Amino acid sequence: MRFAILLLFAAVLCAQKGSIDPAKERATVEALRKRIVAAPAPATGKAYKQTIPASDISYEMLPIPAGEFTMGTPASEAGRNADEGPQHKVKLEAFWMGKLEVTWDEYRLFMFSQQANETPGADATLDAISRPTRPYVEMSFGMGINGYPAISMTHHAANKYAEWLSAKTGHFYRLPTEAEWEYACRAGTTTAYPFGDDPAAIKNYAVFDANSNGQYAQVGTKKPNPWGLQDMHGNVMEWTVDQYDAKTYANAPALSIMPWVPSKTPYPHVARGGSWSDPPDKLRCGARVSSDPSWKQQDPQLPKSIWYHTDALFLGFRVVRPVKVPTAEEMYKYWNNGVEQEP
Amino acid sequence: MSHPTVVSPRRTFLKTGAASALAAGMPAILRGQAQPVRIGLVGCGGRGTGAASQALKADDGSRLVAVADISRTQVDDSLARLARAAGDKVQVKETNIFLGLDAYKKLIASGVDVVLLATPPGFRPLHLRAAIEAGKHVFCEKPISVDAPGVRSVMETARMAKEKNLALVAGFCWRYSTHIRETFEQVHSGAIGNIAAYYATYYTSPVKPMPPASQRPPGISDNEWMLRNWYNFNWLCGDGLVEQAIHSADKIAWAMHDQPPVSCVAVGGRQIPAEGGNIFDHFEVNYLYPNNVRAFLGCRQIEGCYNENSDYILGSSGAVTIGRGPLPRIEGSKPWTFTGQKNDMYQAEHDALFASIRRNEPINDGIWMATSTMLGIMGRMAAYTGQKITWEQAMNSQEVLFPMDFDGERPVNVAPMARPGKTKFA
Repeated sequence: MRFAILLLFAAVLCAQKGSIDPAKERATVEALRKRIVAAPAPATGKAYKQTIPASDISYEMLPIPAGEFTMGTPASEAGRNADEGPQHKVKLEAFWMGKLEVTWDEYRLFMFSQQANETPGADATLDAISRPTRPYVEMSFGMGINGYPAISMTHHAANKYAEWLSAKTGHFYRLPTEAEWEYACRAGTTTAYPFGDDPAAIKNYAVFDANSNGQYAQVGTKKPNPWGLQDMHGNVMEWTVDQYDAKTYANAPALSIMPWVPSKTPYPHVARGGSWSDPPDKLRCGARVSSDPSWKQQDPQLPKSIWYHTDALFLGFRVVRPVKVPTAEEMYKYWNNGVEQEP
Repeated sequence: MSHPTVVSPRRTFLKTGAASALAAGMPAILRGQAQPVRIGLVGCGGRGTGAASQALKADDGSRLVAVADISRTQVDDSLARLARAAGDKVQVKETNIFLGLDAYKKLIASGVDVVLLATPPGFRPLHLRAAIEAGKHVFCEKPISVDAPGVRSVMETARMAKEKNLALVAGFCWRYSTHIRETFEQVHSGAIGNIAAYYATYYTSPVKPMPPASQRPPGISDNEWMLRNWYNFNWLCGDGLVEQAIHSADKIAWAMHDQPPVSCVAVGGRQIPAEGGNIFDHFEVNYLYPNNVRAFLGCRQIEGCYNENSDYILGSSGAVTIGRGPLPRIEGSKPWTFTGQKNDMYQAEHDALFASIRRNEPINDGIWMATSTMLGIMGRMAAYTGQKITWEQAMNSQEVLFPMDFDGERPVNVAPMARPGKTKFA
């Protein structure tokens, strides 16, 4: 007996396939840019606290001054890898950076729109932003939720969070570039860690393998760096927007201005800062980590999820907000840089 | 520099001619090494496509030569991904793309050595019997059935597979996971003394929520609508306890050396709108094992609730915790944490399957995969009826959820949502 009508499963597949429709996304970004340009900006050079609208969740942004710095590490630095050299000069414009890693309290508003008190249809631009699918398992793996750093999100998911947050607040948020991240981490210093080359004091500044008890800690439990940022070292390592390239530094000009590496492939992207499971040498300002498909090893499906890493309990992010609002095309590029599709 | 937290050790397989690949009754094509092994995939969704990619990686001779599904779109998408993943190991001719509910028969007859079964679970016993009867080795996704008649069929099929020297690997992936295997080895070697109780949790959001009737495309039949939303119909899915939390049931069974429980009692029900589906969205099952040992399995698929997927094994001299933090641990008189490398358990299933075929020592997971599935079905029966169910009762249940003669045309008798105290055990 034959089944007369065969099924078309196109609709079933669309939840996973729906990464970016470029035309729709460009329209969304244009609309968002208008909203952002119209919104009032905080005083340049001052910290501010922001509540996510329709919630009681807030976050703090700290001012990072424009400036030049030497990116990379010298050959003499203990524990360094070759991809951290050669050192090269980088010039950056001013921005704000999250004082802390993005927490589950914030990230879950993005994962679950009902928790964010969003009404479908009330904000068409917000509705157009891709949101993560429902996770099959609990993505904090029992390590703690309220006040703890969000983990397990892909690079793409972190980008979409920044886009979502931008829509909610009228500010332009994105992932830091690798250069911005290292600049903020060094905070005007030139040693392996802001406090010097000797890692002995790292325990005061970082949740890492020796003091983490095998999991992440709540954000903000350690001493800040000279620019007030906490947990830049350890706790969770942090996505940057760049594609990882071992030769980025070798190919850098005498002075790089606002450099970042757009993606050509789904992997790898750069994560910085080391995590609760790392030893001190992985927590140095200059240490670079490249993302890996094995971070989705426990994902049973093919295609694997574009929203979750099943095996990256060490990985989260924080956001930056450039003082200068870029063009819509640049915003589009930042927010859509690299979707981990496999294959 | 990559973050080296997870590593998939590459399985090498014996390349010497001396490896005893020759054996009486062994299909000629598998004698010697690097002979092609022809694979057919039944069910080309996300899991099936994943399984095919793992099968193609497991053996140098693996080739995908046939696929079966009820959706051409799904087939095309799957083949495109597999081509990107496995290149010229994907050799599916147009004439070997089989569509429809009887496609599995044609695939099995098309000239394959190994069959991967990854459809909704209602079909599994039917597909498994056909593959084994035809002399094929099988990778069989979990659960292996949705009702007791299906479990009995699979047990019979497992015996046939053993007689015919065929490999049958179960998709109960945690049994192939290094860090979980080591944890259970610790338990079985006495690290926590005697097991007193086991508490397993699988609290998540809805897996594939039923869309409201307003989203049903005009003109499609009831059968099509159900097949498209198979998760929400227990004749196709087995209900959430059997489809998803069955991993928890399997780990309980594993801890108990795959010996069945005496009986179980359960609560369960449906809170969120079912939109025409008939599955529950929460279960709590209490299994009684010999010697007053008890196992508790809690599962839920509701939005906005506490989520957890963990195992707590309580023993006379210690306790195991799996799923809180990145690694399992044992506390008590013999503390232990896993310190090795986690493996890719899905890949390991296929590495083991193909290596066992090559070595002519075929793995047969058939009996324990059936009893683990029965453990879940039994819990569902207890929750649906509100009655205490014994293992014997469950194993002998005559209730048929999946009609083995389902052809897609005749309407399926879909039971209404179960109501404890009213729904009768059958």
